[in-house]
Amino acid sequence: MGELLQFLISGLTSGAIYALIALGFTIIYNATEVINFAQGEFVMLGAMFMATFCALKFPLPLAFVLSVALTAVAGILVERFAIYPARKASPITLIIITIGLSILIKGIAMFAWGKDPLPVPAFVGERPISIFGATVVPQSILVLVVALMAVFALELFFKKTLTGKAMRACAANRLAARLIGVKVEPLVLLAFALSAAISALAGVIISPITFATYDMGTMLGLKGFSAAVLGGLTSSTGAVLGGFILGVLESLAAGFLSSAYKDAAAFVILVLMLLVRPEGLFGTKETKKL
Amino acid sequence: MKGHYLALLGLAALLLVVGFFNQNDYYFNVLNILLLKGLIVIGLSLLMGYAGQVSLGHAAFYGLGAYTSGILTAKYGLSPVSALFCAQAVTLLAALIIGVPSLRLKGHYLAMATLGFGVIVYVIFKEMIELTGGPSGLVGIPPLEIAGVTFLESRKYYFLFSGVLLLALLLALHLAHSPFGRALLALHDSEAATMSLGYDTGRLKLIVFLLSASLAGLAGSLYAHFAMFISPMSFTFIHSVKFVTMVVIGGVASLWGALLGAALLSVLPEVLTVFEDYDVLVFGLILVLIMIFLPEGLFKGLGNLFLRFKKT
Repeated sequence: MGELLQFLISGLTSGAIYALIALGFTIIYNATEVINFAQGEFVMLGAMFMATFCALKFPLPLAFVLSVALTAVAGILVERFAIYPARKASPITLIIITIGLSILIKGIAMFAWGKDPLPVPAFVGERPISIFGATVVPQSILVLVVALMAVFALELFFKKTLTGKAMRACAANRLAARLIGVKVEPLVLLAFALSAAISALAGVIISPITFATYDMGTMLGLKGFSAAVLGGLTSSTGAVLGGFILGVLESLAAGFLSSAYKDAAAFVILVLMLLVRPEGLFGTKETKKL
Repeated sequence: MKGHYLALLGLAALLLVVGFFNQNDYYFNVLNILLLKGLIVIGLSLLMGYAGQVSLGHAAFYGLGAYTSGILTAKYGLSPVSALFCAQAVTLLAALIIGVPSLRLKGHYLAMATLGFGVIVYVIFKEMIELTGGPSGLVGIPPLEIAGVTFLESRKYYFLFSGVLLLALLLALHLAHSPFGRALLALHDSEAATMSLGYDTGRLKLIVFLLSASLAGLAGSLYAHFAMFISPMSFTFIHSVKFVTMVVIGGVASLWGALLGAALLSVLPEVLTVFEDYDVLVFGLILVLIMIFLPEGLFKGLGNLFLRFKKT
């Protein structure tokens, strides 16, 4: 029982991270129909900035806000200098551009921060606590709480504010949104900033557990992508649920089947999902079978 | 087609001249890898440029070919040729399992499915230690032996790989200019229109996908015997991405462009070693710049630039 609970909690922790990254994927996909393979690098940038500011002895909240904000700026730069100039290119070209960006950003990070993992101090106490026989580090509870708060804040933004509604309108039908007077371009910029920020948030809160390394983003990005596909790629609810499902299943597979194949679990789920229900858990069924 | 034959003859002559005059084993090794990449890229170019589908897992088919050949010869003592046929069977079976369900659907489901498949296969190579040797790699793969001839020198491999590449290219060019190839091009432009002409588009796409997987598997088998050592690090997601990049940089729907892309991307890292650890940084930058400014690929993009230059 304690063992199961242990796996569930560690699954929910990594699930929360996947959920945030998957949300990042859906926000950009909804705004531009680009699958951004550089998403994982935003996670890495968040963690790296956090490690730097912590090493400079910045107060925690300030370091937190600065890391997320700086990564959001990186998101804006990516849109302006790489996606916007190529907006008329084919989807394959755009995918290659984001992959090139991912390699580029990773290279810059290696240049700037070196290859060694950088430590980040835990935000709340270091001492593990025991819940019903499962040992939990306080940081992983913090990860869950912060991730859920971010998801709700984002949901509020999309459902209640005019800007959020305009972004949803663009996602549903860009031309129609333009016709009723929505300016699309700034919204696309905002989408990249938001998406980068939420991924950076994931990197910041996970960094005390995993440390910050220049190549941490690739695997996290791919798993976040799997979670997004699992959820249907366009639905934010789907992305969040997809993230948690992926995290928990991965943790259970690692715990009860084989820890060596942990990294494969997420992708087995991805492939099975595509074979059984390609539109994802919450996707719309616009892709009709031939 | 006549132009293609001439180009093919030119390539054959070039390969022959290089083979006879080059005395440096290092160059042969670089060229051999390049020829194998060319083999993979030919299949991928057919898949991407003609059938309009992307595979983000071709390194996995390359790896399946390499590991099946490697394991069967190193651990079970099969002859390289029979191992190669088994490797083809394994690669094709894997491609069928991934291709049949995801090619029935419209859109880029093949890209997502092959991405997942690629990572799974990589993890299997890394973790099935008793069979694959795990992260430290598989050693003891014997050199290639065909009809009593044992391939020991890089030069022999070079001539073999050149022959295989030229044959594959000839086959691919014929295919691209056959009614089948024209149906594929039509499919690339409009799936609905192609269907209305009576083509089973799902099946067309599947055939090309199987062909491209088979070429990648063949390249893998040849690579295993040539290198005599394989490790999972040669078959990662990044490698799949590099194959796709080669095709796109050269220009989708151009077999010659794809080969040019393969040559550029294989030679580039050798040149970029002057940047030492930062070669990836420069690689990423070049990739992004080419894609933004020449989205049609170098082959066509530079040609267009040249035409524009000539007009003014």
